[in-house]
Amino acid sequence: MTEPTSAPGKGNPLKRAVPAGRSARAAAGFAAAALALFALAPLALSDFRLGLLAKYLCTAMVAVGICLAWGRGGLLTLGQGVFFGLGGYAMAMHLKIADAGPGNLPDFMQLYGTATELPWWWRPFANPLFTIAATVLLPMAVAAVLGSFVFRRRVRGAYFAILSQALAAALAIWLIGQQATTGGTNGLTDIRGFFGYDLDDPVNQRMVYFVIAAALLLLVALARQLIHSRYGELLVAVRDSEERVRFLGYDPANVKLVAYVVAAGMAGLAGALFVPAVGIISPAMIGIVPSIEFVIGAAVGGRASLAGAVLGAIGVAWARTALSEEFPGAWTYFQGLLFIVALAFLPGGLASLAGVVKRRRTARPTGEPAPALPLGEAA
Amino acid sequence: MTVILGQTFTGVSIGAVLLLIALGLSLTFGQMNVINMAHGEFIMAGAYTTYVLQKSVSDAGLSLLVALPVAFLVAGALGALLEWLLIRRLYLRPLDTLLVTWGVSLMLQQLARDVFGAPNVQTRAPELLTGHITVVGGADPLTFANSRLFILTLAVAAVVALSLTLRLTPLGRRIRGVVQNRDLAEVSGISTERVDRTAFFIGSGLAGVAGVALTLVGPIGPTMGTNIIIDAFLVIVVGGIGRLRGTVIVAFVLGIMQSVLEYSTTVSVAKVLVLVAIVAFLQWRPQGLYTLRTRSLV
Repeated sequence: MTEPTSAPGKGNPLKRAVPAGRSARAAAGFAAAALALFALAPLALSDFRLGLLAKYLCTAMVAVGICLAWGRGGLLTLGQGVFFGLGGYAMAMHLKIADAGPGNLPDFMQLYGTATELPWWWRPFANPLFTIAATVLLPMAVAAVLGSFVFRRRVRGAYFAILSQALAAALAIWLIGQQATTGGTNGLTDIRGFFGYDLDDPVNQRMVYFVIAAALLLLVALARQLIHSRYGELLVAVRDSEERVRFLGYDPANVKLVAYVVAAGMAGLAGALFVPAVGIISPAMIGIVPSIEFVIGAAVGGRASLAGAVLGAIGVAWARTALSEEFPGAWTYFQGLLFIVALAFLPGGLASLAGVVKRRRTARPTGEPAPALPLGEAA
Repeated sequence: MTVILGQTFTGVSIGAVLLLIALGLSLTFGQMNVINMAHGEFIMAGAYTTYVLQKSVSDAGLSLLVALPVAFLVAGALGALLEWLLIRRLYLRPLDTLLVTWGVSLMLQQLARDVFGAPNVQTRAPELLTGHITVVGGADPLTFANSRLFILTLAVAAVVALSLTLRLTPLGRRIRGVVQNRDLAEVSGISTERVDRTAFFIGSGLAGVAGVALTLVGPIGPTMGTNIIIDAFLVIVVGGIGRLRGTVIVAFVLGIMQSVLEYSTTVSVAKVLVLVAIVAFLQWRPQGLYTLRTRSLV
């Protein structure tokens, strides 16, 4: 990072400027993705598989944020589960209140029998508009407060990763501890309705799928706009050489903060849509382990490439279901191997595979090793 | 008064466990700037070593004593292997190393599940360590559990041994040299590669010793590493890297804070409050309590 001779590597997929004609290709890819999500998948997949795909797409939405924050900004956030959880719980609280009907308590509160009325911090979530706003704005607000503390004091690299992970652990532990008002370890389960639509009806399940698919495409478009803006360039610059950016008169803390907050909002939206798709949100979905699993999809597909991160997230989630169905114990080994192979030997992810192979081939005659992929880590 | 003393003692013993775990971590993190997520599984390896030894040596006291060096070697060997296979290839990519070692930890957990089964197992504590010392008698007694005292002694011994090694031996001098300035150490004829591996061996071995200690206070299971490792990482983050002093102080402070807050609130609230305190502390000292002073900007 402080090396004065770190000229931008030629042919490095993470540093290369956008070539002309790239945006036409991106538009074509976007259209193909829309076609696949809106036409092919609903026609080809059974209701059950489509429901699973909806779940994977939620993971992919988190991966879009991770691509921005980690792939582009170098912020390894191991706590996206926190924002996913905030969005998810906000939505689930509203749906539980709506399920219970006016004047009634959500079923689990009656079960534990301690409260006679809704706790004060549940009450605003009776309002659907407040809830929808909160699923995105609440995670963003939390990220903004935490991020502005942390980035301004130049806590970075592994320190930031550990802090974000501790945050995920703390939220999960807190939720488990407050069983009477949060459902504890079970979480908020058995969600039956979604803004008046009955979720047991397969037609409404399909509608939820379409909402999720549309949201994912929207987030991808938004992230692409950000990445290819001047801000996106600045973000990569901060990742690769924070001090130089500082010397140029920018405040890297603000640059990082924007990426972190946007990623948090995306995770929040993903969590909110995850709830009607799956019908449950619990601490087991937001703690340390799921938080780090959000990262692996992006890492496998290619952290710095939007398409790579999204497809990687969907692919890993799919592989998880497929492998756990066939060989329950094997998934953990496979997942461990994925982490090791993707990060140790292919840091650019599958998205960089073509480039790596090409460089190997061109490098072979001269006997030079393939150039390493500097990912610009803040040490 | 006895409540305060009792809580402080509980805190100190939590701190001792944290210290034992964080000690090895601070060595490996300080040495190679690598966050080793598999450290928790080295602890687990140490704990299972104790379990296996107790199965083969029936005497609980003897097996515990034997387990200390054996667990050190087992966990140390695992660490050296990990360093040789993976970590040295990821030099200068600390964040990727973090995730790669997380993958390793997943695989080790599953391995433990396949070999020893998913349910937790338990070891018998030796007779000598099952009792407690009564410090204040009477209606409101204050007692210190022997096993906790043993862990405290072990932690102190480990700190003393490690700091003497770092301070007095040629190996310690080399380790300190590499931590302070890797390039300069390299051009002075130190094989940084070998120093790295040795430091990793010692750091991971200490995790094994921590695993032996943990068998005295809790069950042994495949996920025992993950549950405790985050706290140990926080100790390192707050204590600052490359200095033992910070690790020691912060381990005990966090332990006491945890215990006192748990007493006055609940376990879950205490965890959250400790985290808030840590974020607030990092506002004041973003690089931790003690840091190596360098002129570099990073």
